Amino acid sequence: MSGTSSLAAGQLLFQRDLRLAWRRWDQVTDPLVFFLMVTTLFPLSLSPELSRLRDVAPGVLWVAALLSSLLAADSLLKSDAQDGTLEQYVLSGQPLTLLLLAKTAAHWILSGLPLVLISPLVASALGVPGHALGVVMMSLVLGTLTLSLIGAIGAALTIGLRRGSLLLALLVLPLAMPLLIFGARAVELAIIGEAAAGPLYLLTAMLVLSMTLAPLTAAAAVRISID
Amino acid sequence: MWTWFHKLSSPPHFYRVAGKMVPWFAWPAALLIVAALVGGLVLAPRDYQQGDAYRIMYVHAPSAWMSLMVYVVMAVSAAIGLIWRIKLAHAVAAGCAPIGATFTFAALATGALWGQPMWGTWWVWDARLTSELILLFLYLGYIALRSAIDDPQRADRASAVLAIVGVINVPIIHYSVVWWNTLHQAPSVTKMGAPTISLPMLIPLLMMLLGFTLYFVAVLLTRVRGEVLRRERNAGWIREGLAQ
Amino acid sequence: MSLTAFLSMGGYAEFVWPSYAVVLTVLVWNVIAARRSHRRAAEEARRRLQISGTQS
Repeated sequence: MSGTSSLAAGQLLFQRDLRLAWRRWDQVTDPLVFFLMVTTLFPLSLSPELSRLRDVAPGVLWVAALLSSLLAADSLLKSDAQDGTLEQYVLSGQPLTLLLLAKTAAHWILSGLPLVLISPLVASALGVPGHALGVVMMSLVLGTLTLSLIGAIGAALTIGLRRGSLLLALLVLPLAMPLLIFGARAVELAIIGEAAAGPLYLLTAMLVLSMTLAPLTAAAAVRISID
Repeated sequence: MWTWFHKLSSPPHFYRVAGKMVPWFAWPAALLIVAALVGGLVLAPRDYQQGDAYRIMYVHAPSAWMSLMVYVVMAVSAAIGLIWRIKLAHAVAAGCAPIGATFTFAALATGALWGQPMWGTWWVWDARLTSELILLFLYLGYIALRSAIDDPQRADRASAVLAIVGVINVPIIHYSVVWWNTLHQAPSVTKMGAPTISLPMLIPLLMMLLGFTLYFVAVLLTRVRGEVLRRERNAGWIREGLAQ
Repeated sequence: MSLTAFLSMGGYAEFVWPSYAVVLTVLVWNVIAARRSHRRAAEEARRRLQISGTQS
């Protein structure tokens, strides 16, 4: 592997993770099914009336997306940590930050992107009007990307710990709350026909911040966890 | 000066010095807090708009201030421990967490008790209250992470990363009332220029703030001494250190 | 000012006194917990010294 550029290494890792997921399909479907089930719970428990569902739709969509991301975050590093591959990444001499960014990108395609793609369907079922669906998808793209990045930090800190998945959720939730607030706000504004640019800009800012800082932090956390 | 600092980071020296320093912080803290209580509850005049309910400020504002200050101390010592690999700094960070968490809880509780009679609501999801609640969760997450990791070195360093990541919340809490339209009132003491609060009302507040800060140092030193004993497992100095 | 007037806090007693009680509890608890933590650590350290003493 000597002489492989960092970029090429990242690309290889990205493709490898996608290929592996092809064989372990449940890693992809579990968060998605969870998202669908959670969003179904609300019409069942609250009211089937679309007008009432519309009021809670922003919150329901976003809480479900958040919980689903927390569920998925656990699988980012678990299998690699268990079979020793993670150590190989650290020892490989390639920049760990880039490798983790590649892994997070692949992870988002498998867990975040499906959510975004199915969100118009789910949102409509919750009474969200057609003109707001674009904002729903936009906010969820920004949000799930950021959640994958923050989730990577949590996953790196909790490698190998007993009840690590629960602890991961506990650690990531406070960091994810601002996302939840602005994401739901964006959808809320879109539903009533107002411009959602403000919250969307803030979501974008949070994404940019996470993209620059999260892989770096996660790399430091990986080194701390497996040394 | 650096030699003094370097000496202090040696556990046996710290243990002894800290032990001597605790009463010097504890007693002035107790005096200041009692004086502030008398000043705030009895001597300070009744407020024109809020009547006697404003007296909650004398415990609410200092608690909130402490919740932020303690987190900064925690994050800074965690960073020092991580960068310069000083174990004592990690011990300081660990000692801060329970103190900060309880002050955050006190700030939220007294805030709710003040909010209900004055603004008609126990809670509102505005920027300041929400981010203070997030601060509580950050403290609890820090404590949970520490207790979940058995290896002390990994626990130190992992929780340090968490503390540093969470520090972004502190300026958000502080400036939330400036940046957003919140129910919580704007700063009246720390803004530039003279404070907008009258002097007889201000003095007990400042005394309580100072008292809480000295109290924090005393409690923190006690906790760190315990941490030091726990960490220096087989060091010979412990025998003499405990004898004192 | 009479004691009852003071205690009633202008009618806001049910908010003011619980607030002070919460904070006082926090202050007291932190002192107790810190001292207990130190005491336990000292006991453990003494026990370890005894064990290693008898082993030498």
